Amino acid sequence: MALFEAKQLHKRFGDQVVLENISLTFEEGQLTGIMGPNGAGKSTCFNVLTGRFRPDRGSVRFAGEDITGLSSREIASKGISRSFQIMNLFNEETALDNVLLSSPAVRKKGFSMLRDLGRNNTARDSAFAVLSRVGLADKADVSAGSLSYGERRALEIGVALAAEPRLLFLDEPTAGLGAEGTARLAQLIAQLKRQLTIVIIEHDMRFLFNLADRISVIHWGQVIAEGTPNELRENPWVQRSNLGALA
Amino acid sequence: MLGPSRYVPLVTAPMLITVAVLATTPLWLKQLGLYQYLALEIMIWMLFALGHNLLLGYGGLPSFGHGAYFGIGAYAFGLLQLKAGTGLITGLLGTILISALLGGLVAAFISHRRGIYYALLTIAFGQVFWFVAMKWHSVTGGEDGLLNIKRPDLSLGFADISLRSNEAFFYFCLTVFAVALIALWRLVHSPFGRVLRAIKQNEMRASFVGYNVWLYKWLAFTLSASVAGLAGALFAMAQQSAYPNVMSLHNSGFVVMMVLIGGGLVSFWGPVIGALVFILSRDLLGAYTETWLLWFGLVFIGMVLFQPDGVAGIWQVWCAKRRTPPAAKNTLASLPVVAAKEA
Ligand SMILES: Nc1ncnc2c1ncn2[C@@H]1O[C@H](COP(=O)(O)OP(=O)(O)OP(=O)(O)O)[C@@H](O)[C@H]1O
Ligand SMILES: [Mg+2]
Repeated sequence: MALFEAKQLHKRFGDQVVLENISLTFEEGQLTGIMGPNGAGKSTCFNVLTGRFRPDRGSVRFAGEDITGLSSREIASKGISRSFQIMNLFNEETALDNVLLSSPAVRKKGFSMLRDLGRNNTARDSAFAVLSRVGLADKADVSAGSLSYGERRALEIGVALAAEPRLLFLDEPTAGLGAEGTARLAQLIAQLKRQLTIVIIEHDMRFLFNLADRISVIHWGQVIAEGTPNELRENPWVQRSNLGALA
Repeated sequence: MLGPSRYVPLVTAPMLITVAVLATTPLWLKQLGLYQYLALEIMIWMLFALGHNLLLGYGGLPSFGHGAYFGIGAYAFGLLQLKAGTGLITGLLGTILISALLGGLVAAFISHRRGIYYALLTIAFGQVFWFVAMKWHSVTGGEDGLLNIKRPDLSLGFADISLRSNEAFFYFCLTVFAVALIALWRLVHSPFGRVLRAIKQNEMRASFVGYNVWLYKWLAFTLSASVAGLAGALFAMAQQSAYPNVMSLHNSGFVVMMVLIGGGLVSFWGPVIGALVFILSRDLLGAYTETWLLWFGLVFIGMVLFQPDGVAGIWQVWCAKRRTPPAAKNTLASLPVVAAKEA
């Protein structure tokens, strides 16, 4: 059985239908890519899957459990984590603390009022390990608000990773990273692959076709094509897009 | 308030200095032409303001009706004593419980809000409590309030200490203050305090990380109301009465002014500084002019416009400048305070 299964999701904002009958399946340990033009409904799809919005219709199952309509907190605590397309960090906290606050160890003790968080060395060490992983080890003490754009993108992923998820959603992680940053991110994701289930929305096709096991194309709020990267190379929509980059 | 989550000592130098300065006031306050009751009053307001800053500074939750819980504390302590005959410690614990219950009740109605809606709701609830205190004659004594609230003896098991003298009562309050100070200091550095701060910065991310934002906000308000109640109980003993004015909108506004002027948004010590500045100004300016609050209000407006980080903010910038070698001065990131403000 698939780890994650969304069936016939519908979502509208006012009278604009943004998701129309979307069904997606993510197998355990696989990396799924999602692509599609601007405004296709990709981020909205993530938002529905991670509890930011409730779907108007349809169902979502994760690890054999019905999670349709649960809040983002409930979904997060089941082991689903995400990064955001528009950055979404604790700006006054240091990079280390952003990651630390996301770790399950701290989350479990969140209501403890008399313990000093600064004394939790195990949690700090593992937070530091996550930072090193996303290349921010030397920025641990810099507040998130004063990091550079690329560093903030990396921290977004660090925060999502620190939650030690079973399923990780990344919304356009390479946006604005430049060639070098994109290459480093590809490396990181290649390492993470198989350790956890990953879903990535991405416009950078070279990046996606190299990493993904399967790809879904979303257009007009529907899944218009699905398959392995090789199968999709033949797809007319993919061909019409900037396939030159893939040659 | 900025800084990595590093080990924080339980007791710090500023804490010792604050308590030491307060503890020695009986030795030098009179020489300055001031009176001992002033130190007591300042201390009680410091406690109230510290509790309020848990919401405003750490939670980013503007409670503009917080005088209500100060007043509830005063009335609760008085009523427990007059109707149920409670002693000192039982009375204080009962007061904390009642303030927490009423605070928790209000918090249940407002914790899904933030910003201006949150502020308006706190004012509305504050007015409800004030109205009850005014109109429920048979219990609250109406406009006259509760009179003859006593300072019960402190019983230590082997000995009873009378708090009737102002000095003994002052030192009792100082002990309560010191314990509360340490507890609040620990609280803001605990996982709970850090999560609360994170929620202030980004509620949405906090919930996606898996925190129950509503519950944290509810708890913060309930705790803050309990601290306000405790301060109110001490005030009732200091004044030996409780009256509607203690829970008026005025008092609610004063505590906000204290927190902001002192710099509660950037420092744990903001409310302490603010309460000191406010009550001292009231007495010193008040001796010259009846319209002292007008002048103070103008200073407050100036402060909010030009120095929103308050006295503590000025101090932090000054310290950061001194620490930074001149060559590095023009990089924003080297001034932690400036960088934090910008974020
Ligand atoms: N909260 C919202 N309220 C109203 N409309 C929304 C909301 N969120 C998204 N939309 C609309 O839904 C449509 C799909 O947006 P979405 O962000 O999902 O697209 P996307 O595929 O992620 O695009 P991009 O590649 O530009 O990120 C857009 O027309 C957008 O304006
Ligand atoms: Mg998007």
